[in-house]
Amino acid sequence: MSNGPEQLQPPAPPRPPGNSVPATANESAALERTWRDPPGLYGFFAAINHKTISKRFMLATFGFFLAGGLIALLMRLQLARPLNGMVGPDLYNQLFSMHGTTMMFLFAVPVMQAVAVYLVPLMVGAKTVAFPRMNAYAYWVFLFGGLMLYGAFLLNIGPDAGWFSYPPLAGPEYGPGKRVDFWAQMITFTELSALLEAIVIITTVFKMRAPGMTLNRIPLFVWALLVTQFMVLFAMPAVMLGSTGLIMDRLIGTHFYNPAQNGDVLLWQHLFWFFGHPEVYLIFVPGLGFLSAIIPTFARRPMFGYTAMVLALISTGFLSFGLWVHHMFATNLPELGKSFFTAVSMLIAIPSAVQIFCWLATLGTGRLNFRTPLLFVLAFFFILVLGGLTGLMLASVPLDLQVHDTYFVVAHLHYVLIGGAVFPLVGAVYYWYPKFTGRMMDERLGRWQFWLFFIGFNVTFFPMHLLGMWGMPRRIYTYTQEMGWTSLNLLATVGAAVIGASVLLFIVNLWRSRTHGAPAPADPWGGGTLEWAIASPPPAGNFDAIPVVYGRDPVWEAHERDRSAPAGVSGLAVDAREQLITTVLDARPDHRYVFPEPSIWPFLAAVATTVLFIASIFTPWAVVWGAVPVATAVTIWFWPRRGETARHLSLEQSP
Amino acid sequence: MMDILSPAGPQAAHIRELWHVTVLLCTLVFAGVLSVLAYVLWKRPRAGEADTPDLAARGAPEAGPRRRVSAAVAASVLGLLFLIVASVVTDRALAHLSLKDALHVEVTANQWWWEARYDDPQASRVFTTANELHIPVGRPVIFTLRSNDVIHSLWVPQLAGKKDLIPGRTATLHVRADQAGSYRGQCAEFCGFQHAFMAFTVVAKPPAEYEAWAEHQRQPAAESGDARAVRGRELFLGTSCVMCHAVQGTSASARRGPDLTHLASRETLAAGTLPNKPDALKQWIRNPQQFKPGVNMPATNLPDSDLDALVAWLGSLQ
Amino acid sequence: MKKLALALAVALVLALAACEREKRDFEPPQGNATAPTQRNSTIQPGQAIGAAPPSAPAMPTTAYTVENNAFALSQGKRLYRWYNCAACHAPGGGGDWGPPLSDATWIYGAEPQNIFLSIAQGRPNGMPSFGSHIPEDQIWQLVAYVRSLSGQVRADAAPSRADAISANKPENRREKETPVIRLPNDGAHNK
Repeated sequence: MSNGPEQLQPPAPPRPPGNSVPATANESAALERTWRDPPGLYGFFAAINHKTISKRFMLATFGFFLAGGLIALLMRLQLARPLNGMVGPDLYNQLFSMHGTTMMFLFAVPVMQAVAVYLVPLMVGAKTVAFPRMNAYAYWVFLFGGLMLYGAFLLNIGPDAGWFSYPPLAGPEYGPGKRVDFWAQMITFTELSALLEAIVIITTVFKMRAPGMTLNRIPLFVWALLVTQFMVLFAMPAVMLGSTGLIMDRLIGTHFYNPAQNGDVLLWQHLFWFFGHPEVYLIFVPGLGFLSAIIPTFARRPMFGYTAMVLALISTGFLSFGLWVHHMFATNLPELGKSFFTAVSMLIAIPSAVQIFCWLATLGTGRLNFRTPLLFVLAFFFILVLGGLTGLMLASVPLDLQVHDTYFVVAHLHYVLIGGAVFPLVGAVYYWYPKFTGRMMDERLGRWQFWLFFIGFNVTFFPMHLLGMWGMPRRIYTYTQEMGWTSLNLLATVGAAVIGASVLLFIVNLWRSRTHGAPAPADPWGGGTLEWAIASPPPAGNFDAIPVVYGRDPVWEAHERDRSAPAGVSGLAVDAREQLITTVLDARPDHRYVFPEPSIWPFLAAVATTVLFIASIFTPWAVVWGAVPVATAVTIWFWPRRGETARHLSLEQSP
Repeated sequence: MMDILSPAGPQAAHIRELWHVTVLLCTLVFAGVLSVLAYVLWKRPRAGEADTPDLAARGAPEAGPRRRVSAAVAASVLGLLFLIVASVVTDRALAHLSLKDALHVEVTANQWWWEARYDDPQASRVFTTANELHIPVGRPVIFTLRSNDVIHSLWVPQLAGKKDLIPGRTATLHVRADQAGSYRGQCAEFCGFQHAFMAFTVVAKPPAEYEAWAEHQRQPAAESGDARAVRGRELFLGTSCVMCHAVQGTSASARRGPDLTHLASRETLAAGTLPNKPDALKQWIRNPQQFKPGVNMPATNLPDSDLDALVAWLGSLQ
Repeated sequence: MKKLALALAVALVLALAACEREKRDFEPPQGNATAPTQRNSTIQPGQAIGAAPPSAPAMPTTAYTVENNAFALSQGKRLYRWYNCAACHAPGGGGDWGPPLSDATWIYGAEPQNIFLSIAQGRPNGMPSFGSHIPEDQIWQLVAYVRSLSGQVRADAAPSRADAISANKPENRREKETPVIRLPNDGAHNK
């Protein structure tokens, strides 16, 4: 018997109920059950909800920030008096290496990615990040890498060659033991984590935006994080290569950095700083994003010069890759080449200037709401601008040759990083804490913290400009009375104590507000971006119905929507993790995708990766046998599950 | 003492000029930005969370702010171009130091001291010293910079910017002192345990005095008749000193530590760490780790009388 | 619970190993004597001061504790270069007109005390007597390094490659030789 072309297909199984706009109470409850993480101990390790991972990530980076800050206090105590015997040279070398390494690798870049992982899906109207399990894996890898480094530090194996580990001092001959090896392997951990997070965030921004959110309507905060993640993709490999070469030199006797056998000591510096300069922009650009999120809300108007701001962010990202030799001006590289880097180092100030003027224009044509988030953001204009101007001094080769590797640079870097990133970050915490926790932070404590931080910061770091001009080099564990550096060092130490007090206030505020803070509505600040359209804290799936977007500030513009135009996306499943995937440029709906369920395999794969990385500090064979558990864990992680596949197939619909 | 704004030579003076120009411009910019901010914060009306945001601004041409922002950006570009030009001009000025009749000094950095070899076309006029470099006023000096171990950096703020001494590479630094005096320098690249105590002095003297000093440095160690000094010399050659240090005129010619031929003519010991006095020298020899923990020189735990003899002989090495 | 205890035990062992490996001890031992010792060789660096008392023992006054200390081993490697051991024993310990130090053959014994005495007292046929010229703590560092040349020390503490030209494996990649006491077969000693 022939089967005619009109043979009937077996009837499709009944479709599960799709969500409506707005969602009914039953649908909301079902979505909550669908998207939340499993409970209990298993659920703790199997969690993949981006908000859960992000909160853990933020907590971990904050913990590292506190550790790095305590180390800095120890350093300042040692330097408060000449010939202070509190800390000897060996411990001091470990202290400043740990301080720099912690702040740069374990705090400043990861915290930005952590905040992005929470907020980017909310701001673009997605129920989840792309690759939620990889996101979880990246968090665990980061956590284990940081814990490894601190474990090493507590066992006297902390790095002692600076956060930049220049060979030959960090090389096999002058850096005995395993200290630098733990540092180099920590790089591997954190860079792997950062690269994976970058992929997660970029894919989320490109493919999971709410329909109607064209590139032209993406919030500036999301633009900043997007540019940052592209920079991560290009910068991290350089340091991974360099640190791998260093581990190999130290463990198996290669000669990458051995001039006697045709290696080059400067190869390290090029590789490191090709990463290292974009690294500071990885910290700074998200800070710019925080400003662009907070200022419009507290100036009660959309940002002035949106297009210029986006172009400024992109050009900052590009230009930051052309500056790295300004860290090497004191070497014997050709002078003409160095001048090129002077020029680019000066010119990168232009996009930053554009942004600053646009913010000033926004504030200058707006109506101002002086709440704590705005205070911290305003400090940027004092501190970062001062730091940027000293940066222009350092960009010039002749000036740099006098103040390079002195406390002038220490002052500069803290002004730009703390002014450009930490102050905006604290402001961002005050701004989004209600969204994360459903409680407001205390305004009065916030103001106290602000002024203590601002005054303490300037008292600590402004004198360091003078110390550098008076000849005090970096990374010295003590000095003598005759040098004339005593009173300014003491002043800086006092300032550091004030900063410590402000951090304590911050912790108190964070802790108390969890239980004593005023309950927060969905939109306590009157903000315009999509995260303010949902409850505080958000439900497990963020949006019951993915919104449709018609402008740059969807919440402010909600009342302008034509009644006949759709307000949201209906038809996605409520009992499966279905998300709408849209096109890159115009965010037109493209297809539906069912996201994976929570899984413990990212955690186990991270454990296997940790074993691989730590063992390979001691023997190169670990790379071979250590790869087996990693491959096993990752295979099981990705292996398709029958039940899930059946579910996905049953949800499919041909157009 | 190590003030970059107190130059004693043309290199540091050029840099100071650029410094003044740059600081002036940057201060004006800083004041400008802060004034605008202060004005804005003072003048703009206040609002609360519930106040309706001003959405009309979206479509509005906003010509005023646009003009002001464009003007500010244009001014910034001009300012930056000016700074770039100023920097390049200063660079060229530094590179154009006349090197006629220059003195050649090869500096080799070690953990944690400086070796200086005064070069000369005539081999018999070459001499080596450590940690204290004398140079003639008004004559250019070409420092050739090498390192024996890790990266160091030579920096005498009152004379010039710094230059790194990188293993496997040879760098040069051109300097001229135009005023007589003692100028302190310090290592400016983290180099290990005693980076904090790796200083040196550049002593600029009138040319005639410099020549006298150089001639004296070329002489081998003076023979001393004093019995204690003789015993000290015997100890120097019979214990651990001879393994690392050289004293011209004796059989000690190792190059691992500073050349001590004219130790007593120096102002300081241990790369600027201690004053060159017998008491300090004795304690240094007995246990260098007390002053520079991690330094490569071992402790020499001789009996007191022997140490006194050793110090007496070293004190005779003018 | 048992697994946790086992994991903690492993961690503790690793931690103790790390403590020993990573110490940087700058304090010289109290009895860092440089008194004249018994000498088995007339060759000395510098010059001799007076004759040693007839039966002056040359036993070290401090214990040998630096075998698995990475800092001491790297100092030993530096001193091997600085004190010119390489002139006779070759830079990698392979031997030149002095016997090799990286093989299994030890003429005077491979134990740390034997090596200490070889360095301090000197040996016949050309090994100088360094006692009183090299302080005790440095001799112990050299002893540890010499033992690393034949792979006797732990690989994670042994030095890696030098920042120099080298013709053989770094010390931390050398196989552990089993020491044997005999004269080297270099033609001069026909046994």
